[in-house]
Amino acid sequence: MKEFGYQRARDVTGAVALLAADPDARYLGGGTNLVDLMKTGVERPARLVDVRELPLDRIEPTADGGLRIGATVTNSDLAAHPEVRRRYPALTQAVLAGASGQLRNMATVGGNLLQRTRCGYFTDAAGPCNKRNPGSGCPAVAGEHHNHAVLGASGHCVAVHPSDMGVALTAFDAVVSYESADGPGERPITDLYLPVGDTPHRETALPPGALITHVSLPAAPVAARSRYRKVRERASFAFAIGSVAAALDIEDGRIREARLALGAVASRPWRARAAEAVLTGAPADGATFAAAADAELAAAEPLPDNGYKVPLMRNLVVAVLTELAGRDAR
Amino acid sequence: MTTTTPGPQAVRGAVGVAHTRVEGRDKVTGAARYAGEIPFADLAHGWLVLSTVTRGRIRTVQTAPVLDMPGVLTVLHHGNAPRLNTDYIGMLGTPPDPTSAVFQNDRVPFAGWPVALVVAETPEEAREAAEALVVTYDQEPHETVLVDGHPGAYPAAGHMPAETEKGDLEAQLAASAHVVDARYTTPEEQHSMMEPHAATARWEGGRLEVVDSNQGAGWVQSELATMFSLDASSVRVRSEHIGGGFGSKGLRAHQVSAVMAATALQRPVRVVLTRRQTFSLAGYRSPTTQRIRLGAAPDGRLLALEHRSLNQTSTVYEFVEPSAGVARVLYDADAHRTANHVVRLDVPSPTWMRAPGEAPGSFAIEAALDELAERTGVDPIELRLRNEPHVGPVSGLPFSSHNLAACFREGARRFGWADRDPRPGVRRDGRLLLGTGTAAASFGAGAAPSTALVTAEADRSFTVRIAAADIGTGARTALTLIAADALGTTPEQVHVRIGDSDFGPAMIAGGSMGTRSWAWAVTAAAAELRERLTVTTSVPPEGITVRSDTTAAVGALAQKERHSFGAQFAEVAVDTATGEVRVRRMLGVFAAGRIVNPLTARNQLVGGMTWGISMALHEEAVRDRNTGGHYAPDLAGYHVATHADVPDIEVDWVDDHDPDDPVGIKGVGEIGIVGAAAAVANAVWHATGVRHRDLPIRPDRVLAAPASAGGGAADA
Amino acid sequence: MAPAPSSTSSAITLNINGEKHHLSIDHRTTLLDALRERLDLTGTKKGCDQGQCGACTVLVDQRRVVSCLSLAVAAEGREITTIEGVADGEHLHPVQQAFLDLDGYQCGYCTPGQICSAIAVIEEHAAGWPSAVTDDVGPEAGPPPLTPDEIRERMSGNLCRCGAYVSIVRAVAHAAEAHAEDRTAATKEAAA
Repeated sequence: MKEFGYQRARDVTGAVALLAADPDARYLGGGTNLVDLMKTGVERPARLVDVRELPLDRIEPTADGGLRIGATVTNSDLAAHPEVRRRYPALTQAVLAGASGQLRNMATVGGNLLQRTRCGYFTDAAGPCNKRNPGSGCPAVAGEHHNHAVLGASGHCVAVHPSDMGVALTAFDAVVSYESADGPGERPITDLYLPVGDTPHRETALPPGALITHVSLPAAPVAARSRYRKVRERASFAFAIGSVAAALDIEDGRIREARLALGAVASRPWRARAAEAVLTGAPADGATFAAAADAELAAAEPLPDNGYKVPLMRNLVVAVLTELAGRDAR
Repeated sequence: MTTTTPGPQAVRGAVGVAHTRVEGRDKVTGAARYAGEIPFADLAHGWLVLSTVTRGRIRTVQTAPVLDMPGVLTVLHHGNAPRLNTDYIGMLGTPPDPTSAVFQNDRVPFAGWPVALVVAETPEEAREAAEALVVTYDQEPHETVLVDGHPGAYPAAGHMPAETEKGDLEAQLAASAHVVDARYTTPEEQHSMMEPHAATARWEGGRLEVVDSNQGAGWVQSELATMFSLDASSVRVRSEHIGGGFGSKGLRAHQVSAVMAATALQRPVRVVLTRRQTFSLAGYRSPTTQRIRLGAAPDGRLLALEHRSLNQTSTVYEFVEPSAGVARVLYDADAHRTANHVVRLDVPSPTWMRAPGEAPGSFAIEAALDELAERTGVDPIELRLRNEPHVGPVSGLPFSSHNLAACFREGARRFGWADRDPRPGVRRDGRLLLGTGTAAASFGAGAAPSTALVTAEADRSFTVRIAAADIGTGARTALTLIAADALGTTPEQVHVRIGDSDFGPAMIAGGSMGTRSWAWAVTAAAAELRERLTVTTSVPPEGITVRSDTTAAVGALAQKERHSFGAQFAEVAVDTATGEVRVRRMLGVFAAGRIVNPLTARNQLVGGMTWGISMALHEEAVRDRNTGGHYAPDLAGYHVATHADVPDIEVDWVDDHDPDDPVGIKGVGEIGIVGAAAAVANAVWHATGVRHRDLPIRPDRVLAAPASAGGGAADA
Repeated sequence: MAPAPSSTSSAITLNINGEKHHLSIDHRTTLLDALRERLDLTGTKKGCDQGQCGACTVLVDQRRVVSCLSLAVAAEGREITTIEGVADGEHLHPVQQAFLDLDGYQCGYCTPGQICSAIAVIEEHAAGWPSAVTDDVGPEAGPPPLTPDEIRERMSGNLCRCGAYVSIVRAVAHAAEAHAEDRTAATKEAAA
């Protein structure tokens, strides 16, 4: 680990100014990902700007009936918040499905969205990786890609985004607010992450040095009946091999509104709009759920060793939607 | 701290009564110091640099820029390291693994081979300098994939004969009413003990002192003395608390490089392996590919048994994972053939890992027995009991005790086996398929010579000194209880000191032989001391010390088949939509000799079964097929079972007495894992109707299996 | 304007187990290394140094965190409790006592982390936090009973390679019951 400077930011403007002045500086939130990457030599910042004491640690109701979540709210506090649990239960479930109690106490909402992939080639600083070292190649395509992307990937990178929280936020149309040297801005989370293409090292559409300040959840009555389910290779404390965040609003046996996002299948939390289109207005039954899953997964391009993710995600989508429909019927 | 408090008048036997660990308070308060935690003045920190290529030669080690970095004291590598003596056979009958004899030449035989040690004033400086050190290589082509039928495979003996054969296998197979012919694979598994290897070396008063975390202080001491061509008396190794070992903690690169650096700098140097480094430097369980052929009469009696195993080893060291060995104990057949083969690849050296041979071997043979039960329609327990050998199937020697049947009977009763519907794929709990499985277990009960010192102190207490190791087994406490009984006193009056090579030669904590071997030496010394005390009127201030050496006694033990046995039971739930498998309950009943401390023995057995769950469902170290290096070698990439994977596990034991054995202890460190993974895999078949012959049973493998509910045979 | 070259070390004060420690610290030093290498508080263990095993768990401002991914410099101003600080003098914390009595360990290396984690788990549960195995996470549902499955899920960030989970879970359940009884007694006392 290279030596680095450290400063605690007292206000957002000051934090952004520090980053703007030093291209080798990084924001330090909970540190659960950045400090690890510094130890493995993947990240070698010259300066850390600690943003945890910024006044961004509140969850507030918005006028339109949504929630505005400060970027330094910890995962634990987000998951435990009564309004999150009441209005967006899948978000609480997604956060609780991630990492461990210790890591959730440290990790922040802003940091969670900007965490890096856990692809083993990305974290091995000695080897090639287009995301870490543009143009060096992607060893995963011909190598180990058991848990890599089946949707939206490219030959340049097949890594998946590791966030659970982000999957639920994506299903609920979260909007990410940021502050940058050029002033404030915001982006829907569905437009936060850039397509992989041939630039996997460019991960988000945020301007350089931008600091996420809030994540806003618009009012979404459908979200009150939502569910997050995660499949992984041990029962807890492991990254997903597939996950689903879903919400259903059913009236008289027909789906009035549906939300669906998939995790661990792409370089970003994957909003399943093709599936939602099939679901909306259709009867809430197994045939519809399967058709919806198939519609989304028609675009899947599995590699030799991750093809299982297609039936896994199909089954998982059907199972979660069936569960939600069953609950709704009660 | 005993659950029963013996009064001063009526001293009850301590052995057999649950006793909390004598070092327990130190462990729950953080006061117990492990190897990397003992302070030294003027301590320097070493950081190993490992090869980034898989095979080749080191061209240059560019030390100059690194030596200019802050705090850097030296860089050791093959160009400046002292030459070591590696031409010897060590205490356990094996030559040293060249991976541990660091920096002797420019060859790189596998990815993650130690190429340099950077020593600096602080760990941060050492790490940064180690990362900055540029090493260039001439790369050579490599081969790292273990495949069945590899042309380079050869029979290898290790600690047992490579091959055994009796009868005409093909003829008996042809004559069999039922035949099972199946291949099983197990992946590379990592010890993953919680404490990575750590050692501090220093020269003190003309002696080399190494504070280490190992499974045998005397073992590591003798290896270091030989390797550095030092007089044995001038080397002392201490290893008081050990954060797990499981076979991994012998002589490793960290001690050897620390000694080199401490010698070069003439100050204490500590080297701690990072978690990633342990993957290539600390041994592992080799992947295995095994073939089992069973032929049986219509009633299930075995006419033919063949168990062949192939494992990988490095190009610099031969290690045999003797998976076929378990078939030499568990089952007889008219024709019986077993073989352990190895192939040398450009991979790190494997080593012993909890039940080496038995763990992967029992998965294969016990899964095959389950398949035979299915074919013959004989109940899996009944099938095993019908094939119990009366003498060693290969050795022809009598068993010292053979209580497998008692384990199965008691286990079946407790588990509710009699109510089991043998058909697969017919039990549901909502979206889940349920199934139960069983398997047999056996593990050798050996002993090795040891010495012990027992002192009667002037204050009427006793001190036991023995170079034993408590790697979490509870050995320190067990020896306290044993000594108390042997001395006719209470455990509170006995102070057991272990983990110091100055206490004399002793068996290591390994092969489930530690407590048995040490107890033998302690009881021998205690018995003699009691005799001495009967004729002594007063104890001098320095006490009265008796030393024992069990070499002759161990050698005089009659040749028999000595083993622990056990019956494993598991119930699983399988979500066929997602491929998730969860173990719902597990029971193990064991015949493991005399149980010294029920509290810690149960914990050991449960721990072994927990390893079985982990082996069946989670563990798999992944190697990139192109680069030949590990993929994601860390505890997020290598999954060991965590809390949520492990249900309540029930363990008990049956009487297992051998009147001819002077100790009666068999050891409980390894028997718990044997058969456990097979019981889980057999339960998965019972749940789904699909045979999983490749471990771990990952979600993708369950998903890839044919739609299964409704029974019938299917393979995954 | 280019930023002033920034120092790579700082003089900080760490508040650990109620005691203030002044030290000059390399910014690279993690809280874990500061405890172990600088302050001789070696009860906190280094199992992976990557946040993947939980052996280094300590309490920061009463919440459990992994100290290997916490920078020491960033811990200034916080209240840090390590395994050395959870007992009340010679009187073990109920969780420590339960681990000792019920053999909730083997090698002992993960034990300080398991104990610190368990102390926090009991508090988190008492505060009504749901977990990944809680059926209904809605705030009206109230805290779920602290079943073995709830304990297992909440403790899953602490690996124990010896495989002592069964006895650890029993120890945590035992300590949690005692804790709940204390709490009930305290509530009754306050009401009386």
